[in-house]
Amino acid sequence: MAATPQSVPESPAEVADALRDAAYLADDSTALIAFLAQRLGKPVLVEGPAGVGKTELAKALSRSTGRELVRLQCYEGLDEAKALYEWNYRKQLLQIQATASAQDETSDPVGMGEIFTAEFLLERPLMKAIASPDPVVLLIDEIDKTDQEFEAMLLELLSDFQITIPEMGQISANTHPIVLLTSNNSRELTEALKRRCLYLWLDYPTREREIEIIRLHAPEIDQALAARLVDVVDMVRELDLKKPPSIAEAIDWARTLILMGADDIDEKVFRESLSIIIKHRTDLDLVAEKIVPRLGGGNGSTNGSGASNGTS
Amino acid sequence: MSEKPSGMAEQILAFCEELRSEGVAIGTSEIQDALRALEIVPWHSPVDFKEALATTVAKSPKDREVFDLVFDRHFFRATEEAALEYAPEGGEGRKAALSEDVRDELGMEALAEAIRQAIADGDESAMNELARLAIEAFGRQGESSGVVGVDMQRIRRGLGLSPSADTSAEGESEGAPLDRDQIARFERQLRRELQRQQIQKQGQLPPARPLSDLNRSLPMRGAQDLAAVHKAVAQMKRRLATLGHDPRGAKRGRTVDVRRTMRSSLETGGVPLNLKYRPRRPRKPEIYVLCDVSTSVSSASTFFLSVLHALHDSFRKLRSFVFIERISEVTQVFEDERDFTAIAEKITATGGVADISGYTDYGRVWNEFYSDVSADLGPRSTVIVLGDARTNGRPPAEDAFARVAERANRTFWLNPEPELYWNYGDSVMSAYTPFCDGAFECWKTEHLEQFVDVVASGKVETTGSTTRKYTSGHRY
Repeated sequence: MAATPQSVPESPAEVADALRDAAYLADDSTALIAFLAQRLGKPVLVEGPAGVGKTELAKALSRSTGRELVRLQCYEGLDEAKALYEWNYRKQLLQIQATASAQDETSDPVGMGEIFTAEFLLERPLMKAIASPDPVVLLIDEIDKTDQEFEAMLLELLSDFQITIPEMGQISANTHPIVLLTSNNSRELTEALKRRCLYLWLDYPTREREIEIIRLHAPEIDQALAARLVDVVDMVRELDLKKPPSIAEAIDWARTLILMGADDIDEKVFRESLSIIIKHRTDLDLVAEKIVPRLGGGNGSTNGSGASNGTS
Repeated sequence: MSEKPSGMAEQILAFCEELRSEGVAIGTSEIQDALRALEIVPWHSPVDFKEALATTVAKSPKDREVFDLVFDRHFFRATEEAALEYAPEGGEGRKAALSEDVRDELGMEALAEAIRQAIADGDESAMNELARLAIEAFGRQGESSGVVGVDMQRIRRGLGLSPSADTSAEGESEGAPLDRDQIARFERQLRRELQRQQIQKQGQLPPARPLSDLNRSLPMRGAQDLAAVHKAVAQMKRRLATLGHDPRGAKRGRTVDVRRTMRSSLETGGVPLNLKYRPRRPRKPEIYVLCDVSTSVSSASTFFLSVLHALHDSFRKLRSFVFIERISEVTQVFEDERDFTAIAEKITATGGVADISGYTDYGRVWNEFYSDVSADLGPRSTVIVLGDARTNGRPPAEDAFARVAERANRTFWLNPEPELYWNYGDSVMSAYTPFCDGAFECWKTEHLEQFVDVVASGKVETTGSTTRKYTSGHRY
């Protein structure tokens, strides 16, 4: 693939193809917004339920564009010393002492300018994304976990791609990073942040797309089993679960089924491999109660082979 | 790069204006983004055009829902208007654009099959073409009734489209059975085409209907209101978080922040002259919200529920209760559910607060609350009551309320009725106000802001004197 970090895609279709090459099947709106993000140079706010591939989208973008991925995982209490930059005070201290002994005890104290330079700056993810000589993909993951103050701090970065350091002045981005912010929608983000971003709502993929995704990541699985798997996962997602199965878990399940040598999902196989997609005690009970009876034994013919598998 | 059609900016502006009137907050910068985005997407592709517009102006799932509805309505009307203007001879131009010869060859069977295929593929533009063909085919059979709904049903039946998998046609076609959503998409196309033809026939547009006629899942007066509540609550959060925080002994037990001390020592040549302390974490208040959901406050309870909803976004230590005759904790509902309408539904379905009569019984509620929850109340607790204090003639049990208020650090009462009506009829507001740190009328978001202001001014401790404007204070 000819994409270099600097190149800008010409059309949404081109982005979709590139993402496909990076093992990510984007739907039309995802590809379009990824395209717009690169062309307009605007950050993208990606929201959606957990496990639909929000973080994966950023990774795939990084792979497809050949840019480095800089990731900032947000959590409660994250502050700018951990997200932006920090002064390397140990090194500054040594510098002061070194210059002080060199100059003897006489005359002027150390000029402030000398120790507040880029040399003494510890780069944290946001700073790194800004200062990088090559354009990067910046992923700010789970922005909803931080507090509003942190969001406000991001505004300067998101709209102007610059950071103000009181001792040094403004540092502007050399290159334009692709910025993705993800949110699990656990709280409402501020209007100011939303206004600066393009908005992408990622939902569980359609049946056909999910089958495609599973076959892409678990190529050994045959079409019929993949379809059956997706149907069952869809059924499970429709229940009121604490944690509905994500796409990644569906892929894991597909791989498990291959290892088990199953060629249909009947009650026995389902019960044995249930823990791959269901990870809550109460969810397990609910699924056992609601889904297992509906599984029956699949449709007629596969049921036969499934049963014979079971007995052999 | 594609050239913008003239009037594009005006069209987008008009569209955004319409969105705003439906309660979607759109900033000017977002409109600029939309225009820039539309410059670089191939705008002649309807899907790209719509998605590019959506991503720049609709920034939440709820906004997107409204966006879709308004988009369909607005651009459908806009194109029809233009069509009427530029093509006075009616629908001839449009029909000629269709593949003339294919149309005649296409039998009913083949048409149904093609439509099924297009639906399965989710190909919007193919569906659109086929919808037109289907309408024409049925028109030739002389079945057009002139009523959109009736025609649609006929065409659907004629094509054998139904979501269930047991129709005979379904078994033959090798494709997967169609689900309800996919068929609904085709029906939307069909409906639109039928409307379009009707407009062409009559030569004028039907009157514009506001969106509120359509099914919108927004409470009360639109999303703006909910946003306003959220804003007021956000202010409240900051103020409640710092208020009630005991300043005495603030210096006691502070820990030195080594990192910051070292940093600042650099200004003094590495000698730590100024000690830096770790900031004391503001004490997080525990909030108990009690919300009346009886019929006498039904108009206000949506508002109150949205206040609760907003509070849950802001406070981690928040327990919420709803009550009518009995009290019931609904904290879990808010934690499980994000969507406001879903919450409202769940609470009405599972609250279990109504007993036989369905009338509020404050006395019983206080007693229950006192016996069940008051053990958890402490000097950090703030109790907020949302209710009209109308006891329906039952004993108010102010002594139980007084005990609750005594255990809690602060107690506030928000009454959805104007202060004028307090203590008239069966309202026993005056029985409770002596025990509250503040009682406020609250039937608009402005009131909520006032409440925040008063709370924030820190003068609530001396209810009667300083905040008489907002509180009823003691009545003699």
